[in-house]
This record gives sequence, structure tokens and C-alpha cells, in this order.
Amino acid sequence: MSTAVPAPPAVELSQASIARRETLGQLARSKTFITGAIIIAFWVFCAIFGTKIAPHDPLDQSFPQLLGLSRTYPFGTDQLGRDVFSRVLAGAHDILIIAPLATLLGIVGGTIIGLVTGYFRGVVDDVVSRVVDAVLALPLIVIAVTVLVGLGHSTLTVIVVIGLVFTPIVSRTVRAAVLAERQLDYVAASKLLGERAPYVMFVEILPNVMAPIVVEATVRLGYAIFAVAGLTFLGFGVQPPSPDWALQIADNYTLLNAGTYWWTVLFPALAIISLVVAVNLVADGLARVLSR
Amino acid sequence: MTLFVLSILVFAASQLLPGDIGRNVLGPFASSHDVQALNHELGVDRPIYVQYGDWIWRLAHANLGMSLEYKVPVASLLGPSLINSLKLATVAFLLVVPLSIIGGVFAALRRGHLPDRVITLTGLSLTAVPEFISAIMLILIFGLLLNWLPVTAASPPESDVITQVKYLLLPGMALVMVLFGYIARMARAGTIEALDSDYTRTAYLKGLDTRTVISRHVLRNSLLPTIAVIATQMGYLIGGLVVIEKLFNYNGIGQRIYTAALNKDFTMLQSGVLVVGLVYLTATLIADVLYSLLNPRIRYAAAE
Repeated sequence: MSTAVPAPPAVELSQASIARRETLGQLARSKTFITGAIIIAFWVFCAIFGTKIAPHDPLDQSFPQLLGLSRTYPFGTDQLGRDVFSRVLAGAHDILIIAPLATLLGIVGGTIIGLVTGYFRGVVDDVVSRVVDAVLALPLIVIAVTVLVGLGHSTLTVIVVIGLVFTPIVSRTVRAAVLAERQLDYVAASKLLGERAPYVMFVEILPNVMAPIVVEATVRLGYAIFAVAGLTFLGFGVQPPSPDWALQIADNYTLLNAGTYWWTVLFPALAIISLVVAVNLVADGLARVLSR
Repeated sequence: MTLFVLSILVFAASQLLPGDIGRNVLGPFASSHDVQALNHELGVDRPIYVQYGDWIWRLAHANLGMSLEYKVPVASLLGPSLINSLKLATVAFLLVVPLSIIGGVFAALRRGHLPDRVITLTGLSLTAVPEFISAIMLILIFGLLLNWLPVTAASPPESDVITQVKYLLLPGMALVMVLFGYIARMARAGTIEALDSDYTRTAYLKGLDTRTVISRHVLRNSLLPTIAVIATQMGYLIGGLVVIEKLFNYNGIGQRIYTAALNKDFTMLQSGVLVVGLVYLTATLIADVLYSLLNPRIRYAAAE
């Protein structure tokens, strides 16, 4: 970089990059962050290459049904004769597409609304706050079920519904950060320079409220996984024959009353637990480092 | 005000549902004349604002309308379900509130040490795990491995209170696992703030023993924010009921909303969702009142 642009602002830049490097260094030393990141990396790898590294085709129903654990079927087989181990490996795929996209939608929408309401205050702020209160009064799963029944459940609808429910919640966090930020001198200075409102909001204020937004994004990702898994379990999320974990549990949990076949639900359940706990470890690590 | 926005949201959501309600109820083979007649009878062929006004008018008179699926008043079905759900929620509530407050306060008193790390991380992880997963794990451990508790929620009819509670323990515990983390975290943060405050130092310097300082000075202040969080979690609790009631096949309001959604029973769905919102708002209101009763600063300010 420095060879291409031998300009003087190198001093300022290096200060910013030193700060960034310090943050990364603190993250690398945070055990919770690293543990979470490794687990997430593992599942992302499985989501991409799961079907290739799995010993069997996760959709193949030609194996004996409800076999216990064995060397050929490390996690047994389910009631349709599919290899549970292969399905667990391939099961991260759908949820790792839906949950991050829904989070992204909620974060982008929430950031814009939060910036506008926090910066302008006034009537817009009041109206949005009331809507946020009302949205928060209804559990996400109830809203989602209602809308998904109305619009029909496609992957896109699931993403949009979760993203839209997240938007007001994120906007509340961003708004709080903006309210604190707009009191500061640099905002007043920027206004005095005659900068237009969008410039002040997105170029001046936004970079300074990135820390809470990043933390909020990781926390939301955890909730998104929570919500997608719950919706899938109810039959409104990922559809069969996907080897999605929540779907595996929904397919097989009725067998539990008989007291046997525990492996058909235990392993996908452990997989979901490991993923959500990992996301929360990352969120916790980020929050500790960034809020310092 | 929030209630007004809520009613609009619920109404708008139900307007999203596929246009021709009469067609949905009567099925694809009904004659278009019958469909129109039913639509007219239900009043869904009128302009939207008239429908909304009419709906609110009937709500104000506690008339929730007829269930499209069962052809009986919605209230007669929602009522018993709501009571069942409240039973389950009460069990969960009675378990989670003392557990998480004790956990949070204990973690705060051992701040930075092993018990604190264990409680904080466990709470964080349990909170993140979807409730049906927690429930599955509980069923596997307590229902099947140890064989201590029944794995369904509905107790045999005519059973006494103790048996009913026993059946509700597993689903209740699943809800507890999700809520524990939030409440414990809040109780911990509140206690730490109170411990660091000047009045706590003064109390110690006055020569009070630790027990008195904690019970008389720290807890009274630390539990205030905790109450607020418990109220906001009521909304979640009801959402959790949808999944848990389906998993344990328990006839509660969550199960009602779920089946109403599946069967496209719009009047039932509308009322169910509104009831859920109302319960949440009531819970927040109760929390506000409790908060001001417990907090002398607000109490005296209001009295003046």
C-alpha cells in the first residue's frame, strides 16, 4: 500500500491500523472467542464440504432402518434408513445460509433506522419507538408462524420475516449508540462545516458506532439460528428432505416415547447446541474486547 | 398506545393471509356463490377500515368471534388453553425466578472466581440453545435414562395438583433453561453494581456484618433491574410455549395458535396472537407497578 501511495496521511492511518491490530490481538488471546471461532469454522467447512466428506449419501434411504451405533453407521440410522452421521455432517448447510442472511437484513435495516431516528429524533423517532414496542410484545415465533402461513413458507420468506423482526430490535441498539454520539463535538463540527445529514450520519457517526453494531450482529446471529431451528421444528422453516438438524429432530422425536432410538435425535441436538454455543462464545468474546 | 399499534399489527398480519377466506374454509369444490355468501356473512368483503373498526368494536365487547375451524366461539376454546398455558408458565416461573436470582447473586459475590465463570458461561450457553433442543435433552436424561419423570405434559384427567405439577416439570424445566441465563445475568450485574456503590461501603464501615449488608442494602437495589428483565422475558416465555407445547403435545395457547395457523383458522389465530400480546403487556404493567412499589425513589416522586 505505502509504495503505491507515498502520501503523508500515513501517520493517521497507522494509528488506526495499530488500534485495529490491538483489537485483533486481544481477540486472538481471548479463549472464549477462539473456541467459538474454531467450532464455527468446523461447521462452515462441513456446510460446504459435508456431502463430500460424509461416508454415505445423507439422502440415501437404502440402509437398514433404525440401526444402533456401529462401525459402518457411527451414529446409527433413522426411521427412513438414512445414515445419521452423514446427515449430521451435512446438516449445517441450510441453517448457515438462512441465519446469516436474516441477520444481515436485520442489521442493515436496523442500522439505517437507528441512525435516522437517533439523529433526527422527533416524530419519526416516536412512531418507530411505538412500533418497536408492539413488535417486542409478540414473540418472534408467533409473528413468524402467522406470516409464514399467510405468505407460504419459502426459504426467502423465512429470511425476510426474521430479518424484519430483527430490524426494530437492532434499530433500538443503534439508536441508543447514536444518541450518545450526536452530543459529541465532532458531530457539531461536521454540521457547522455544512455537511448534509446523510453525510454526517453515514460517514461521521456510523464508523464510531460500529462496535455495538458488530456485537449486536453476533448476538442476533445466535437468535437467528435459534429462530430458524424452532421454525423448522414446527414445520415452517427448512423443508424435507434436507438433512437439516432441526428437521431430523422433528422427524424422529415422536419415536422417543417408545424409549428407544435416542441416537436419531441426540446427535443432531448436540450439533445445534455446539453451533449456538459457539456463536455465543464469539459474541461474548467480541463484546468484551470491543466494549473496552 | 402500544396496544393500539399492536392491534393494528395483528390485524395487518391477518390481512396478509391468502385473500379469499371463504374459499379457504369451504374448499376448492364449493360453488363461487356459496363462497361469496360466506365471505359476506363473515364480513370480509367489506373495506379494510370497516373490518378493522368492526373487529375492535367486537373486541371491546369481549367478543372474539367464531372459530372458522370448529364453528364454536373462539373464547370457549382459547379460555381453557390459556389456563393450561398459565399452569405451565407458572411452574416454569416458580422454578426460574428463585434459581436464577440465587445463581446471579451468588456469581456476583464470587466475581471473577470459578463459580462466577461456571454460572455465567452455563447461563449464556443454555440461553442460546433452542428450547426444543433443551427439552429433547431433558427428555433423554430425566425421562429415558433415569426414568424419573413422565415425558408428556398432559397429566391423566382428574389427577391431583402434585401429579399435574410432576407432568409439567419437564416442559417447565425446558423453558427455565432458556430464561435462566438472562435473569441470572441481570441479577449478577445488578448485584455487582450495588456491591461497588458508596452506600454498600458505608454500610460496611458502619460495622454491619456481611449478611446484613447483603440482605438489607445490596439485594434491595440489585433486584430492581432484575424485575424489569423478568417482565420482558414473559413475551419470550409465551413464544417458547408454542414450541414446547407442540413437543410435549400439551393443549395450551401455543398449541392453539400453531394448529390455528396450520388450519388457516383466521379468527382463532387473530385472537390467539392478540391474547399473547395482551398477556405480555399486562406482565410489563405489573412489573412497572412492582418496580415503583419497591423503589422508594419512584414511589416518593409519584406521591408528591
